[in-house]
Amino acid sequence: MLKDVTFGQYYPGNSLLHRTDPRIKLLILVEYLILVLVASTELAAAVSIMFTVFLIAVSGVKLRILLKSVKPLIFVLIFTALINLFFTTGESEPLVDWKFITIYQEGIRSAVMMLLRLLSLVLGSSVLISLTTSPLELTDAIESVLSPLKLIRVPVHEFAMMMSIALRFIPTLIEETNKIISAQKARCADFESGNLLRRVKALVPILIPLFVSAVRRAEELADAMECRCYHGGEGRTKLKVMKACARDYIFFTFTTLLTVGIFFINNITIAGIVELCRDIF
Amino acid sequence: MKNYALEFKNVSVIYGEGSPFRKAALNDITVSFPKGEITGIIGHTGSGKSTLASLTNGLLKPTSGEILLDGESIWAKPKEMIKIRSRVGLVFQYPEYQLFDETVEADIAFGPKNMKLSDEEIKKRVKLAAEFCGLSEKELKRSPFELSGGQKRRAAIAGVLAMRPEVLVLDEPAAGLDPKGKEEILSGLVEYKNTYGATLLIISHSMEDIAKYADEILVMKDGEIYMHGGVEEIFMQAEKLFDARLDLPQITKLFIELKKRDLVNSTDVYSVGYAKKEIEKLINAR
Repeated sequence: MLKDVTFGQYYPGNSLLHRTDPRIKLLILVEYLILVLVASTELAAAVSIMFTVFLIAVSGVKLRILLKSVKPLIFVLIFTALINLFFTTGESEPLVDWKFITIYQEGIRSAVMMLLRLLSLVLGSSVLISLTTSPLELTDAIESVLSPLKLIRVPVHEFAMMMSIALRFIPTLIEETNKIISAQKARCADFESGNLLRRVKALVPILIPLFVSAVRRAEELADAMECRCYHGGEGRTKLKVMKACARDYIFFTFTTLLTVGIFFINNITIAGIVELCRDIF
Repeated sequence: MKNYALEFKNVSVIYGEGSPFRKAALNDITVSFPKGEITGIIGHTGSGKSTLASLTNGLLKPTSGEILLDGESIWAKPKEMIKIRSRVGLVFQYPEYQLFDETVEADIAFGPKNMKLSDEEIKKRVKLAAEFCGLSEKELKRSPFELSGGQKRRAAIAGVLAMRPEVLVLDEPAAGLDPKGKEEILSGLVEYKNTYGATLLIISHSMEDIAKYADEILVMKDGEIYMHGGVEEIFMQAEKLFDARLDLPQITKLFIELKKRDLVNSTDVYSVGYAKKEIEKLINAR
């Protein structure tokens, strides 16, 4: 039942993106999101797509694995595109006007733009973070990036610790769930038939033991941590100290320039370029 | 010819077929479990014991081969697998983690309820199952989460017994229990077997328990059947057992050492009770 769940889909490798400092990657991710969301003209969209392709290329992740991360989102992508297609009204004459369906030129444009934008967002952020950063690196990076918040007494270390514990326990809980499902199936439990209400009710014998065991594990882990003198982040050192090198800074600067640039590129229209060319010659 | 409750015919289970991670958990196994007897299954970790257990009630589908329950393939009608599961009871390792209902009584009734039995019948079965597992009337009314570890284990086993399976498969039913609790649970299971003529398959790491309760022993090694035979037949081949990284009952090992020193003349001693008699005989003879 749960065997298709892949979480923390880290894809081990040694590409440029794998070697980039995870803190830099987090910052680049923020810039990348701005870049993709701001790009609104065709030219800007082309630039953001090119940058996405560049990221995919330097990640060294196989295309097949990449497509697998898009697969669960296909429905959302198509749904968004269709909504944009049918519900965008434009000033020009509608291209299709049949009963309740009206499609404008603007609708097609916004549907395509939205589709490309979402696809870039999913692909770009998965190659930047989830596929090339191990969960532990990621939580370390989040702790480090958020550490200025410590000044206003936000327990950043504790948040990061909770996050890494949560990530650590996902496979354990999945395994546990499968065991409980098997045990209840052995007691003739039926999860596959009946109406919605019956199916939801059938989950109770799985969820209760699962919660009970999650709480039990949490208590045991807390005890074990205290036995090893865990007392929060104060004065705690790391086994692996993150170090950003020149290459990381270059990568970061490049992305920053591109993100700032996209605001200008947005103002350039194709007509404007044609005008410019005519002026020159 | 013996009557067999459960038969495996050329059963293989292969994980990740066609990928570089291909691993055969069970490799072409053919074995039969005689009706009304207790077969002890032993084997080193990863030898395929638990895979074998999940095959018996169709939780796992074999890659190839056939599993016959009372002469009929359990995969003949996959839609009626629930019927098979009520006939082959499977108790997993640490079954106490599957308890969920408000009272122990309701939890034990979960299986019979899924079998759509009448309320009256369910009540009767719950009571009987609780008796076999040594749970008192008072404990039936309590929440399963208030019970001690040993009592939880009893409640979970009772939940499977209440379905009144003709074949009962137990994966380490007594692991991690105190000696007294272990004794009570295992003898309760034997009582159940004798009452209903059920067939029992018990997976265990304890050679003592196997020697004491089993009629036959199945030794597994690397997903294959390594040895299969009567208790004495298996424990006589000590060297072969050691090769499978298994052991003999402690009392048998003691007798082997005593024999080496010419203090006793037999080594086919597998239970403390028998050992006591043997030693008394020797003392009287002097």
